[in-house]
Amino acid sequence: MNRERMVNAALLTLLLGVPLWAWATDEPFTITLATRVAILALAGVGLNIALGLGGLVSLGHAAFFGIGGYAMGILASHAQSYTPLMESPFLLEGTKSMPVIWLVALLASALAALVIGALSLRTSGVYFIMITLAFGQMLYFFSISWPAYGGEDGLSIYMRNGFPGLNTLDPIQFFAICFACLAAALWFNARLVRSPFGLALNAARQSPERVETVGLGTFRLRFVAFVISGAITGLAGALFADLNRFVSPNMFSWQMSGEIMVFVILGGVGRLYGPVAGAALFITLEHVLGGISPFWHVWLGFLLLLVVLFARGGIVGLLAGRRVAHD
Amino acid sequence: MTPLLFIEQVLNGLQFGVMLFLMAAGLTLVFGVMGLINLAHGSLYMVGAFAAAAVAGWSGSFLLALVAALAASAAAGAIVELTVIRRLYDRDHLDQVLATFALILIFSEGTRWLFGSFPLFLDIPDWLSGPVTLPGGIEYPLYRLAIIAVGLSIAAGLFWLIARTRLGIRIRAGESDREMIAALGVDISRLYTIVFALGAALAGLAGAMVGALQSVQVGMGEPVLILAFVVIVIGGIGSIKGALIGALLVGLTDTLGGLLLPEALKLFMETSDATATGSALASMLIYILMAVVLIWRPRGLFGGAT
Repeated sequence: MNRERMVNAALLTLLLGVPLWAWATDEPFTITLATRVAILALAGVGLNIALGLGGLVSLGHAAFFGIGGYAMGILASHAQSYTPLMESPFLLEGTKSMPVIWLVALLASALAALVIGALSLRTSGVYFIMITLAFGQMLYFFSISWPAYGGEDGLSIYMRNGFPGLNTLDPIQFFAICFACLAAALWFNARLVRSPFGLALNAARQSPERVETVGLGTFRLRFVAFVISGAITGLAGALFADLNRFVSPNMFSWQMSGEIMVFVILGGVGRLYGPVAGAALFITLEHVLGGISPFWHVWLGFLLLLVVLFARGGIVGLLAGRRVAHD
Repeated sequence: MTPLLFIEQVLNGLQFGVMLFLMAAGLTLVFGVMGLINLAHGSLYMVGAFAAAAVAGWSGSFLLALVAALAASAAAGAIVELTVIRRLYDRDHLDQVLATFALILIFSEGTRWLFGSFPLFLDIPDWLSGPVTLPGGIEYPLYRLAIIAVGLSIAAGLFWLIARTRLGIRIRAGESDREMIAALGVDISRLYTIVFALGAALAGLAGAMVGALQSVQVGMGEPVLILAFVVIVIGGIGSIKGALIGALLVGLTDTLGGLLLPEALKLFMETSDATATGSALASMLIYILMAVVLIWRPRGLFGGAT
């Protein structure tokens, strides 16, 4: 077992152990914090596939996070007001069932990633960063000015959505659902990295010319990675909306995109468990520093600056010792 | 809709565009010369606005406030360049995005710490307030006209600086080959600091001038920053001419889109639906414009083939 694996196992144990301990000592707030970590880490896992594996610096992943959130918000709000989503050409009802909502969130954000990716991947470098940012902003302003689903005020969902056989209102059970999603995504990510597709994608990041020369299209590799990445982040958005029982245009804001990126970088770009470490550190800092000073973002800023300037490879890189993930 | 209203909106769009140009010029220069993507440019805009509001509150002089805005943002720019930005030139764009994102957090929360969360106000001075009557009987605020004039003269000044002065020659040389001009004995790191401070000063000036139209508050820089990104992407990164044309295009599209789109939709929709859809679409219009430009020309209107 190498060091990175040990770090990964420790991270997973910690993320599972802390809420269990909080459950035993009856501290629901800590469980909620751990749930946030799991969900945000899931969003980070999504971004990490594009960013770490594909080398696509997307500053617009809040678009998918928000679409996932609104997929949940729209379906659940129709279900709670007993109004159909649409009546013609066929009747479409809202739903309060999590699996259905997840499916819709995955499909809707994959579809959005399909469109955004097809357009954005025509560009590269800074242009790619900025066009993804612009698509995120486009949806942000759309969600603000579209009055049907709350506009600027967002949408409140009074009851958390249901999952067959579980009581989702119980914090530890909801945590278990989110943790399972995260674990599934991590497993998928690990498989993806070792699959022929993952290897080709990795190669396309390191040396696009060579990949083109052996006859693989870099555009197609990146495009597929971008769609998978967007879909996973969308699922995280649906869970996040369920955690808060609230969706608002804030989920689309570019600060959100920045924060998801921060999780990935703090943890370590391209590291499988980087987003988990990053999200855990972020939420812990928010909780600890936020208690000390209302201006904790200053300290977060300095920390992030230090990590970028001096500790490339993030936390996992620092603990596991190898500076670069997989070059 | 009357022609008068239309002309007024065109002027508003022009004023908005000119202000965006001041932001975009700095961004595009910094990217063109140093290859750096700077998200913290909006923070320098905010620094300018806050410096202006603080000095105006203390001295009562608007001109002094503008000078303070220029000085404070240029100084902040120089300090940031010397301490952080300089380490980022050799890094990839991802590191630059993150480090400057970190700078935004530091600047925003630091300003909140210093000035509190309440917005400050900067008043338009008496000699610039009130409307003027333009030929054709259009009444238009003098202050907004002044912004257009200042912005256009700064644009002219920048073109002169880049095309005609020694500093401009060095900036252009730095854009095309930094090793070569360093080998020719130009102090490249000092040049970079100057360019960065110049861009910062322009952003600070824009912040101060807009501060008198809106309130001065933390977070005012980021929306403008993103629009400035849209501008330089449309214009082609690194091109001052592209920044000017892109800025005017974005300014006019944004202002006129909000006015014309609901009207146009009313032709084939119900009024209330047209207003809702129109305003929703209008808010997305500049991003649609950017996507169209990038699909048509992936390097922007005036982007080089580098």
